[in-house]
Amino acid sequence: MADKVILLSSWVSAFGLRVQIALAEKEVDYEFREENLFDKSPLLLELNPVHKKIPVLIHNGKPVCESSVIIQYIDEVWTNGPSLLPQDPLQRANARFWADFVDKMIYQCGSRVWKNKGDAQAAAKKELIGILKQLEGELGEKPFFGGETLGYVDIVLVPFSSWFYTYETFGGFSIEKECPKLLAWVRRCNERESVSKVLPDRHKVYERTCGLKKRLGLE
Amino acid sequence: MSKKDEVVVLDFWVSPFAMRVKIALEEKGIKFEAREEDLLGNKSELLLQSNPIYKKVPVLLHNGKPLCESLVILNYVDETWPSPPLLPTSPYERSVAKFWADFVDKKIFEGGSKIWKSKGEALEVAKKEFEECLKLLEGALGEKEYFAGNGFGFVDIVLIPHISWFYGYEQFGGFKVEEQCPKLGAWMKRCLGRESVAKVLPDPAKVHEFICKLRKMHGIE
Repeated sequence: MADKVILLSSWVSAFGLRVQIALAEKEVDYEFREENLFDKSPLLLELNPVHKKIPVLIHNGKPVCESSVIIQYIDEVWTNGPSLLPQDPLQRANARFWADFVDKMIYQCGSRVWKNKGDAQAAAKKELIGILKQLEGELGEKPFFGGETLGYVDIVLVPFSSWFYTYETFGGFSIEKECPKLLAWVRRCNERESVSKVLPDRHKVYERTCGLKKRLGLE
Repeated sequence: MSKKDEVVVLDFWVSPFAMRVKIALEEKGIKFEAREEDLLGNKSELLLQSNPIYKKVPVLLHNGKPLCESLVILNYVDETWPSPPLLPTSPYERSVAKFWADFVDKKIFEGGSKIWKSKGEALEVAKKEFEECLKLLEGALGEKEYFAGNGFGFVDIVLIPHISWFYGYEQFGGFKVEEQCPKLGAWMKRCLGRESVAKVLPDPAKVHEFICKLRKMHGIE
């Protein structure tokens, strides 16, 4: 029976982008459905009634929600090709820890950089730089967080790189200056088609954020 | 697997997150040493070294190697000591279990904290939100004995420690979980009948005393 895979997501969602990269790494054919986050589809509301959020992966009619849960599901179902998580339990735990760190820290801190002004923005900027430096420390001299190849943490983190320009422009700083190794890692990830074909243009993300700020009355 | 596994849990008696780890180890029959941290006073050097990012409990030290974040630890325990399994075998059922574990992680402790930290209108809002979360969990439980179809497992272990704080929330909020969510109440009793849970969970009255102390510290009367 041929697998039917649908992804409810949005071009600009870092959480959805990670699922797209994972599916591309596993060479899974899927239908992408763009959700309007201000006018969510009945299907999205039906399949993710608890959070009403994207991404939702629908595999042969069954919904899987929460991006980290989805990626682990993808890794367990499509066992052809590379494993996204390491095999060793200690290394898997380390990967899960850092993916969880990205999940807890980047989105909320980055959002505070572009949503706020003055002192609040300066504080968020300092915090974001600290978070990125911690990630840079974990990367160390490895080409990828996953070691020699792209892995779970790389997939979870790299979509946020499309937001770097937005954070930098609103916050008035350069992530390349603060974290040059991390930017080198971003470029390395983009050498893979699974990443470069999926990630949106940083200027489009910035424009969209400007529009969102207006809409939210945060000018 | 080494026969001389050294397993240490950096612990705090009232932390539901640490309780999850202890219950999982008990369920697996793994001998471990729980070391109490003085979280309201000074954190140990070992804790600060083992968890430099968050400086929080629980930390599992397996033959000296630190694991942090309770859900990460639970997955590690399940993978390292596979029997009896905490997670279901099918990828789909595993994803459902992880979804609800994540829900509990995001909503319950923070939601409950809003109850004991608030008064008046804010308290009413916090109570309502908390009740909605519990009802969603009750819906996920359905008619099953435990959250997954295959017996006491991952989601049960993630959620059950929080019930030791429920008595405190009920006192401050003026409600009863069992009345609002009878099926969840039945599940709570069922879990408390298990040795691992009965051994690990603290006396709810003592937790209530602890919350009173926290309220004083936060200047809430």
